[in-house]
Amino acid sequence: MNGPHDVGGRAGFGEVMPEADEPAFHADWERQVLGLTLCCGALRHWTLDESRHARESLPPALYYSSSYYQIWLTALEALLIHHGEMTREELDDGVVHQAGLATERCLKARRVPSVLATGAPTARTLDSKPRYRTGDRVRTIVDHTKGHTRLPGYARDKPGTVVEIHEAHVFPDSNARGQDASVQGEQPEWLYTVAFEGKDLWGNGAEENTSVTLEAWESYLRAE
Amino acid sequence: MVQEHDTHTNDHHNHGHAHDHDNHLGPTAARVRALESLLVAKGLVDPAAVDAIIDTYENKVGPRNGAKVVARAWVDAAFRRWLERDANAAIASLGFTGRQGEHMRVVFNTPEIHNVVVCTLCSCYPWTVLGLPPTWYKSPAYRSRVVVEPRRVLAEFGLVLNTATKVIVRDSTAELRWLVIPERPAGTETLDEAALAELVTRDAMIGTARVDSRIPGAADTPPDLQEPTA
Repeated sequence: MNGPHDVGGRAGFGEVMPEADEPAFHADWERQVLGLTLCCGALRHWTLDESRHARESLPPALYYSSSYYQIWLTALEALLIHHGEMTREELDDGVVHQAGLATERCLKARRVPSVLATGAPTARTLDSKPRYRTGDRVRTIVDHTKGHTRLPGYARDKPGTVVEIHEAHVFPDSNARGQDASVQGEQPEWLYTVAFEGKDLWGNGAEENTSVTLEAWESYLRAE
Repeated sequence: MVQEHDTHTNDHHNHGHAHDHDNHLGPTAARVRALESLLVAKGLVDPAAVDAIIDTYENKVGPRNGAKVVARAWVDAAFRRWLERDANAAIASLGFTGRQGEHMRVVFNTPEIHNVVVCTLCSCYPWTVLGLPPTWYKSPAYRSRVVVEPRRVLAEFGLVLNTATKVIVRDSTAELRWLVIPERPAGTETLDEAALAELVTRDAMIGTARVDSRIPGAADTPPDLQEPTA
């Protein structure tokens, strides 16, 4: 979707402001938001792609006026409501009105080290062969989906070159299970790294001798 | 109302947001506390698991992991080739696996090619080797600008590159996570692997810096006179 998160190439966000000796968190509540988000993810009501979609679905004015972990918090509340684990009323008054659903999947502390050390690999086995080869000229699709996608706006309908072929990976557009997705679930596709010359992305706005690579699922690409 | 730890912990943390600490972050802390209480009461969250996750990313996982990968790559040609061929396995051999590092890739910066990593769509970052990303990496300012004007952004970081050096911006749009192996600085021939790892900074592994032959914080001491601190 053309949401507020898709900022590549947009102007007006100001200077990059590195902070010397930056702590991992700037407030205790940020720690809790990280921990709660990961714990609630372990309930397996939603995928990582769906949680990204929840964040990028925030109204633009709210997204841009929120700090990073505030975006996470707002999205987490929305996901819990959407999947029936929480009601708005409960969040507002802080009182439990209905029992938890996925309590048997509650992540216990003793499992945290193994869960974090394992992660959630998204590579899958496919019987088909990759359609493109290294060195192939390709063009990205132009579709402006209302659902989740990992093809940034700045890289739509742009010519590029396949520079690396990876494994097949879970397709985020369907795995986000958005209401607008025509297909749902993992639907793995071959994944490529595609390189775009700066001038093909930005025209006269490009800096000399620069390029951008991104990872593109096969259905993001057409033969050029 | 929960106020005690609501505000940012130092005055330098101003990223252009007009945060009103009392009215803006105070309610956020209260919201978080209420949410956690509800989740625990419903049996959906184990508070000890929350603490274990926080402890992992605040104290156990960080850029010293990545620095070990880089130093090994500098001293061990076979390891370097392994990184090129199968970064995931090579990095896992040092014990660094897991969430937001399930599919690791490395790129090697050279005098001819300079790689710099971003995630324009969110904040994808190789947690297993670098820990949680710094605020600037997650900021719309960095995400929006580095793809279109990487040289200018790098110059603001103090890294001015000749136009003969190709700049490749790696936008992390999938679950592959990119680690930059910076150039080994000249004058470090006498340093062992542990001492080399001390030189490697987080920003050099994102690609917004080079590695300096001087140990950070020891500006005037030649590296071969430095005691390795790890």
